[in-house]
Amino acid sequence: MTDAHTTGPFIAAIDQGTTSSRCIVFDKDGRIVSVDQKEHEQIFPKPGWVEHDATEIWENVQEVVAGAVVKAGISAADVKAIGITNQRETTMMWDRTTGEPVHNAIVWQDTRTDALCRELGRNVGQDRFRRETGLPLASYFAGPKIRWLLDNVEGLRERAESGDILFGTMDSWVIWNLTGGVNGGVHVTDVTNASRTLLMNLHRMAWDEKILSSMDIPAAVLPEIKSSAEVYGKAASGVLKGVPVASALGDQQAALFGQTCFSEGEAKSTYGTGTFMLMNTGEEPVNSYNGLLTTVGYQIGDQKPVYALEGSIAVTGSLVQWMRDQMGMIKTAAEIETLASSVDDNGGAYFVPAFSGLFAPYWRSDARGVIAGLTRYVTKAHIARAVLEATAWQTREITDAMTKDSGVELTALKVDGGMTSNNLLMQTLSDFLDAPVVRPMVAETTCLGAAYAAGLAVGFWSSTDELRANWRRAAEWTPRMDADVRDREYKNWLKAVERSMGWLDENTGEE
Amino acid sequence: MARNIQSLERAAAMLRLLAGGERRLGLSDVATALGLAKGTAHGILRTLQHEGFVEQDPASGRYQLGAELLRLGNSFLDVHELRARALVWTDDLARSSGESVYLGVLHQQGVLIVHHVFRPDDSRQVLEVGAMQPLHSTALGKVLSAYDPVAHTEAVEGEREAFTARTLTSEADFEGVLDLTRARGWAADVEETWEGLASIAAPIHDRRRMPVGAVGVAGAVERVCPDGELKPELVAAVRDCARAVSRDLGAGRF
Ligand SMILES: Nc1ncnc2c1ncn2[C@@H]1O[C@H](COP(=O)(O)OP(=O)(O)OP(=O)(O)O)[C@@H](O)[C@H]1O
Ligand SMILES: [Mg+2]
Repeated sequence: MTDAHTTGPFIAAIDQGTTSSRCIVFDKDGRIVSVDQKEHEQIFPKPGWVEHDATEIWENVQEVVAGAVVKAGISAADVKAIGITNQRETTMMWDRTTGEPVHNAIVWQDTRTDALCRELGRNVGQDRFRRETGLPLASYFAGPKIRWLLDNVEGLRERAESGDILFGTMDSWVIWNLTGGVNGGVHVTDVTNASRTLLMNLHRMAWDEKILSSMDIPAAVLPEIKSSAEVYGKAASGVLKGVPVASALGDQQAALFGQTCFSEGEAKSTYGTGTFMLMNTGEEPVNSYNGLLTTVGYQIGDQKPVYALEGSIAVTGSLVQWMRDQMGMIKTAAEIETLASSVDDNGGAYFVPAFSGLFAPYWRSDARGVIAGLTRYVTKAHIARAVLEATAWQTREITDAMTKDSGVELTALKVDGGMTSNNLLMQTLSDFLDAPVVRPMVAETTCLGAAYAAGLAVGFWSSTDELRANWRRAAEWTPRMDADVRDREYKNWLKAVERSMGWLDENTGEE
Repeated sequence: MARNIQSLERAAAMLRLLAGGERRLGLSDVATALGLAKGTAHGILRTLQHEGFVEQDPASGRYQLGAELLRLGNSFLDVHELRARALVWTDDLARSSGESVYLGVLHQQGVLIVHHVFRPDDSRQVLEVGAMQPLHSTALGKVLSAYDPVAHTEAVEGEREAFTARTLTSEADFEGVLDLTRARGWAADVEETWEGLASIAAPIHDRRRMPVGAVGVAGAVERVCPDGELKPELVAAVRDCARAVSRDLGAGRF
């Protein structure tokens, strides 16, 4: 909308995220033509449980697609392809004949399957399926959530076994509905989303029968696994009727793609609800010995898949939202910076937001959040600072693990996501990592990545080299902190992390 | 002490009365409580209602405090919120113009840079967030002085240093530039602050049309102002960006 660049054709990307769904229309230069976005309800039925209403989400998706197309002043004829990206792991099942969800979607942060995961680990433990899937057994992933639904929704197992029920992460749900739903919708997922289920064999890119039987999940519910960039079908109705649906990527993999990390050793870190750092490791999966995940980065059509190492942090932006919504200390997320900037340091306070346990590099489901180091001196401004520092320290733990696993020293960190508009956070990050932090010119790299993949699939863009040429540096923060201060603070942070562990009783998983 | 204005005192008393808890009061309640004739009370209430300080419930006809009072207390737009809202549009401006982009707000006697996007040419650049620029000579400063009365006072009453031979320092010249800025909706600085540099800026307004900041591009004078003429497409791009951010601010809470 900013000027005369809006002569088509265009690519539309749908980002079905944790807090909102958005649609962005891009032009050939990768510039944003229009955006529309809508938040959906976060449902917290019990401590540790997080759900979404999948029907609401599909309605929002249709609304934002229409909104973005109208704002851009274009029609279906101007749009060459639709790309899909999504919050990963969030799990739902629906009836293939009515299109009705059988239960709310179980969100990735949900910890209800902790005990089930311990049970599934048998005598081997967390790493029982790591060789096949690259993942530890954790409530974060989709497989155990499917099992929970099968066990807890009345009559679901029988219906699933007789082929009436479909499972999907949000990519599958959106694509199925977009391509017609009960009237011939295609039931597919892509390799990146499938690699987050604990059910796909990373080496064969296929569902693993042995794991399916260990978890007691009928293969009939599973979508077909496709590449990340190919035409799955066409939009069956709505403003984009007839436009090919041509990409699907988990949001973090989409951001890796949008940041054009196409070479081995290139990495990015995305700061949204949670934070996820992914490093391209090329055509071979790299095992992690330091608490990272091995996952699929992307696969373009019939080319070889590209793998990634991932450091996942469950709670970063959502801690800021918690300060806004639950604590009421700020009115908007951005105000955390104002509050935090009113003091020079954390006043001795450290905030470990282990709301869903600790993810990478610890994978401790028995951890819960703590604020350590409190004295009478500490104000809400110090807490605000500790909130931002928590994001930066958690990143530091991940980059340390990345260096150990990959042998690649961090020379600069490429960042994106909503929290990168926070200047104090970006400076803190650079200080704690002792490395430059670089933001690219399109902070919406998640949508951009989905658009890029869809555009490649339909020939809108010719190659990844062409895409790489679009990358531009928008800002760079360089370290300003003394090494002794950094070392002391890091030690304090690690002490606080220790204190978050073991809060839940391992045997019962009781809150 | 000078005599106070009676009707204002009465209006203030009414607001206090209505502020006492969650309540709605009828006209006669208000009149009785303050010892006023109904007609007098009604006249004052109607004026307050017109200003948005009081609202009348359509069903019961009772009065309560209006939304405008809340806004008065909350009108300050957080600069970090401004940056977050501007991010997408300023990135795009840098990309389409090929120049660096700055977002500035009034702070004390100058322009505080709250957001900076690098020129997209891969050259080494340093983030200038937190830097101060003068009000009277930069494009950002002129826009703020033209639209924000507080900035205007600061610029007119402060010292206007001559940074280059082209800096306008006299009050008459300065006011003339501000008139022009208001008339065309943007300002420029062609080597008035730094030799070799030119900039163009436009105002950002919030949902109540209050000026909350300025956004602009800055670059080498031979690119921004070739042959002594400011590039019209740059002016258009800057104004479009300012409008896009303003629209975004009008869209309500994130
Ligand atoms: N200025 C800011 N400072 C700190 N945190 C911020 C700021 N702006 C946004 N956030 C946080 O960033 C998150 C939003 O970023 P973004 O839109 O990238 O999230 P997301 O994870 O992509 O959302 P979704 O999961 O819906 O895709 C929110 O959690 C919000 O609290
Ligand atoms: Mg996202």
